[in-house]
Amino acid sequence: MAYEITLITLAGIAVIAALGLNLITGFCGQISLGHAAFYGTGAYGAAMLTTNGVSFWLALPASALLAGALGLVVGLASLRVRHDFLAITTMGVGFLFIGVVRQQDALGGEMGIYAIPDPGIGRLGYMFLVVILASLTAIFSLYLKRSWMGFAFDAIADDEDAAPMVGIDVARYKLTAFAMGTAIAGVAGALYAHEIKYIGPDSFGFPESIAMLAMVAVGGIGSVGGVVFAAVVMTVLPHWLQVIAEYKLLLYGGLLFAVMRFSPGGLAGLVRAWMPRPGGADAPAADRVEP
Amino acid sequence: MTALLEIRDVAVSFGGVRALDGVTFALQEGELLGLIGPNGAGKTTALRAITGTVRPDRGAVALAGLDLTRLPVHRRVRAGLGMSQQLVRPFRAMTAIENVMLAAGAAKTGAPLRALLQRGRAAERQKARVHLNTVGIAEAAESAPDSLPLGTLKRLEMARALALEPKVLLLDEPLAGLNHIEARRLAETIAELNRGGVSIILIEHNLGEVMRVCSRLVVLDNGRVLGEGAPAAVMAEPEVRAAYLGAGHA
Repeated sequence: MAYEITLITLAGIAVIAALGLNLITGFCGQISLGHAAFYGTGAYGAAMLTTNGVSFWLALPASALLAGALGLVVGLASLRVRHDFLAITTMGVGFLFIGVVRQQDALGGEMGIYAIPDPGIGRLGYMFLVVILASLTAIFSLYLKRSWMGFAFDAIADDEDAAPMVGIDVARYKLTAFAMGTAIAGVAGALYAHEIKYIGPDSFGFPESIAMLAMVAVGGIGSVGGVVFAAVVMTVLPHWLQVIAEYKLLLYGGLLFAVMRFSPGGLAGLVRAWMPRPGGADAPAADRVEP
Repeated sequence: MTALLEIRDVAVSFGGVRALDGVTFALQEGELLGLIGPNGAGKTTALRAITGTVRPDRGAVALAGLDLTRLPVHRRVRAGLGMSQQLVRPFRAMTAIENVMLAAGAAKTGAPLRALLQRGRAAERQKARVHLNTVGIAEAAESAPDSLPLGTLKRLEMARALALEPKVLLLDEPLAGLNHIEARRLAETIAELNRGGVSIILIEHNLGEVMRVCSRLVVLDNGRVLGEGAPAAVMAEPEVRAAYLGAGHA
């Protein structure tokens, strides 16, 4: 049973992190190859707080604030660069994060942070906490998509230059997407740190960013249901099948390639193709809102 | 009449090429002003300087007394400018009506957090239907832009701009790509909008329709204002005729 609890907890954490990235990349159309840096910021921030006696319940929102603040700074870069340049910039942020963490003795350097305190709600309680937070993140994502903020994100993702023509302040919306998406990643990081009880620089490297991006792309960029499904499957499968764990990066890379080549809409796109909706518009139609 | 939109001494350069060289003109309240000139005269650049997509080297743009010169595009739009562009740019992942709904809901998208707290779209859908109907493409409401012909997309751009309920509507070659009947019908729609109280600047190469619907013309050539006044009088000016037809016709 303990094994299943761990699996469900890790899957829930992956869902939260992937939905955070989906908000930035899927909803607002801003590519990020450095999401693990914000995940790591939340993990390190929360771990530093709780190992210094701060309550886990305070550390959790603090990790969101910390990662969100860093996300806001990186979001400022998105106002200057776009598309592949933004991808390279965010990838650089990921490497920068690892580089800084490795050099900081206060953050445990190469050794990382050990003996992160237990939140004190038991393994099952912690699993329920993660599942509830993952569900709330999914509900928030669905709500956001159907709000006018989601409508404005659709326009920015579609054509950043045309969006101001309907009065949309593209810069503010992009910064909001980065702040919210990275704050959510911070929560996921804090939950991860207090599940595993140990964090090191390698937990938040480039492969982790690619894994998160793969979850979003395979699920279907912008599709909440697709991303949740992909995050769960891509977290659980490597634990079930040792062969997948051994070739995880190769598999994720291959999946990314296959999705981009054969079904850019991901699994959600395939489902959509089988169940066409009236209207005829393409990719984001599954999330189209009818009043 | 009061000047609603003022363009004062606007100059724009692209590299070493001067596209606008001290252009000054004004749009009066309730006016349908034709901005015409040969290819490369600087008409679209003038419109882009008004909307803010091009930053002038010098000069000023003011709308109803508000200096727009340093404002970004979205602030100018919210101040009361609506633009239908020469090269159509619909949001292609949305249906036609969603394109217009987004503009109709501009009050809800002013600030991200306020937008997050708003969900209802029924009122905007209703408004969007009215605007699509006004420009005569109500039947395309649920279509994807990629499935629509250029003429319909031009009207969609106009409906989207109208949905902003602008003080000034800027139309950049809305009749281009339309056949004679379609062009006449759309020109009539533009004239009707103007009669309904919308102040309009119309850039158009279809001189017949421009002469028919516009109350006043501003003629640009080589980035300068060549002539200005009542359509028939302006087109009779030798300099304007020379610019359009060559020196021998002046």
